Amino acid sequence: MDLAVVTQAALITIIGAIGVTIFGIVFGLFYKGIDRKLSAHMQGRIGPPLKQPFLDVIKLFTKENIVPENAISWIFNLVPLIGLVTTISILLYLPIAGFDPLLYNKGDLILILYLLIIPSLSMVIGGFSSGSPYTTIGAQREMATMIAYEFPLAIIIISIAWKLSIDGVSNVFSLSSIIAAPIWSTVGPLGFIGFIILLLSLIIVTPAELSKIPFDSPEAETEIAGGILAEYSGRNLAMFYLTDGVKTIVMASLIVALFFPYNLSPLLGLESYFAFSIDIIFYLIKVFLVILFSVTLIRVAIARLKIDQIVYTYWVPLTLLSLVGLICIMWDQTIMTNFGLEPLFEMIGLI
Amino acid sequence: MNSKSANKITYQIPVGPIHPALKEPVQFEFEIEGERIIDVDVSVGHVHRSVEWAGTRRNPIQILYLAERICGICSYCHPMAFSLATERAAEIDVPERAQYIRVIHQELERICSHVLWAGVAAHEIGFDSVLFLTWQIREKALDLTEYLTGNRVTKGITMIGGVRRDITKDMYPKIMEVMKYFKDNFEKIRKIFLDDKTFKLRTQGCGILTKEDALKLCACGPTTRASGVKKDVRVDQPYFAFGDLDFDYITPDILTGEVNGDVYDRIIVRLLEVKGSIDLIEQCLDKMPSGDIVSEEKIAKILSILKKVNGEGIGRMEAPRGEVFHYVKYNGNESPHHWKVRAPTYNNILPWIPMLKGNQIADIPIVAASTDPCMSCTNRVAIIDNGKKYQLDKQKLYELSVEKTRRLMK
Repeated sequence: MDLAVVTQAALITIIGAIGVTIFGIVFGLFYKGIDRKLSAHMQGRIGPPLKQPFLDVIKLFTKENIVPENAISWIFNLVPLIGLVTTISILLYLPIAGFDPLLYNKGDLILILYLLIIPSLSMVIGGFSSGSPYTTIGAQREMATMIAYEFPLAIIIISIAWKLSIDGVSNVFSLSSIIAAPIWSTVGPLGFIGFIILLLSLIIVTPAELSKIPFDSPEAETEIAGGILAEYSGRNLAMFYLTDGVKTIVMASLIVALFFPYNLSPLLGLESYFAFSIDIIFYLIKVFLVILFSVTLIRVAIARLKIDQIVYTYWVPLTLLSLVGLICIMWDQTIMTNFGLEPLFEMIGLI
Repeated sequence: MNSKSANKITYQIPVGPIHPALKEPVQFEFEIEGERIIDVDVSVGHVHRSVEWAGTRRNPIQILYLAERICGICSYCHPMAFSLATERAAEIDVPERAQYIRVIHQELERICSHVLWAGVAAHEIGFDSVLFLTWQIREKALDLTEYLTGNRVTKGITMIGGVRRDITKDMYPKIMEVMKYFKDNFEKIRKIFLDDKTFKLRTQGCGILTKEDALKLCACGPTTRASGVKKDVRVDQPYFAFGDLDFDYITPDILTGEVNGDVYDRIIVRLLEVKGSIDLIEQCLDKMPSGDIVSEEKIAKILSILKKVNGEGIGRMEAPRGEVFHYVKYNGNESPHHWKVRAPTYNNILPWIPMLKGNQIADIPIVAASTDPCMSCTNRVAIIDNGKKYQLDKQKLYELSVEKTRRLMK
């Protein structure tokens, strides 16, 4: 009996993992297609068809895989795989399409934060092992970018966890508990503003995490000819391409899970398969909106920043912004519980 | 401080001859420390096409079409400068109406070139939306070029002693319509390039060329005017109808009140020049007198006149990128004895070095693009001996030039 239950659970996990992998790759590429099409329309172009990313990947897999002469070939070939595998494994810890995370009791936000570093790190290692000046510069820049954006990202995550711990939630870093108690419902007006500020910061962190304009200086094609990826070709490049697609889904899902964990089906009173399908569609729309605002709109609206400007942006304005968010939530806690709404208005001078 | 920087490890990165930042082949060797450029060396000569040599084996009318192909963007300036040189050598008078039409075409080319450059500059700093926006506007300029000349890029409008096509009264509405379109969009473009925060972040204070350096290194065109040097062939030595038109030097202090000589100032100068060009075209349409458009219509007759010419001439013009200079010498043969082209980029190569030193790697594309380099125009010589490429030093070059002058004087 016991054995049967364990096998069943293991089977579900394995099938689920395969399903999540396929989901991540297919939708990662699909959203990439949408992003390209939309940005093309915003720039007054027609743009490639939606299936273009799929065609790109197929083409890259059929192309020759060139390893540069002065590259360390085993590291050079290994890191794209590591990047892709870790990125997909983050999806296992994230709630997708209204379902609980596949490994909901095995990992939490802290693990996700660590796993998020690995794809970038694998690119850095790949860049250094390529043995080309362009990739080396790209790798240095990627490291600087990582150091820059981790700080505001950590503040955002800690603020949310801190808020939950104040409310007496036992496992504050677990995504299940965050979903169970959506953050917006736990705070007053000031905290609401605080969370909006945090959401804004997270949306600005996302393009750096995904190496998109304006924070794509590690790959800046006009400066260092593709940077980290300059020496990659064929299969390895295809894997980095897939990593990029899946990582977009990961970041979008993380934002959705932290800030918009709502589902439509309980609201509409639906059940069973119909409810599932509605939730899946609703989730896909949420992910699309997040990608639209954090990737597509930002990347068509501004120019690429220099690396010192990127580090400054994250360390000074964005860190301050997220700290303001944190302070808002803290004040919300103390002021709201002690005095209520009116003294607050009085304090700001509204009354 | 010195000993500290001596301990730091520098490394080299090559940019070019083939690199996404460059639209045409030129090679930079950078000495980099961290992200900062310590030293830079430029070498050119990758697209030498023997245009001058080919020219001396063709008759002057054929050279007009060859000169058009020196550069894709200055496809009007080169044949026009050649024909100015030839007209001077043969003492041909150009009818006044043709002078005005020549100005219109030249200013239209300047608009095309500057708007194209603006798009490239935006692309270099990763702002592709602006690239597509500006090129949409450029499309209108190309349409107008096609309407006026029949061609979009290589205009084929130049003729020794005039132009090949007239601009008639019924063409005016279309020209005015396009000019209005430019004026309407000018404010939009100005806002993006001069007020956008990321544009300012990337262009202000980078690639500075001081006035002293600009003078010392003989920079020309918008590159030198952005450093505050008042140098413009159109004003200094008016040719065509420029003497009759109201026009002045364009320097960045007109708009901002100060001259920094950075990339931002070069953007300002080019934007203002677009505005100036629109104004010049409108002035030309107003003032254009009636009359012939070419001094001699029959090509065979022009050729027979030129066959008898024994003399030399210089053609100077303000191309979109600066002063273009053509020298031509006839000695009574069908084809010129000698033809020398000096494109503006030639002067703007050396200013790259003070501009790039001390900047970051990220500034390379925009600083290199800020002079609007055109390597195909510039490459005049490539010395290959037994399959080995070598460079000439100052002494050798001097000896060679003396030798050549002697040969030309014979």
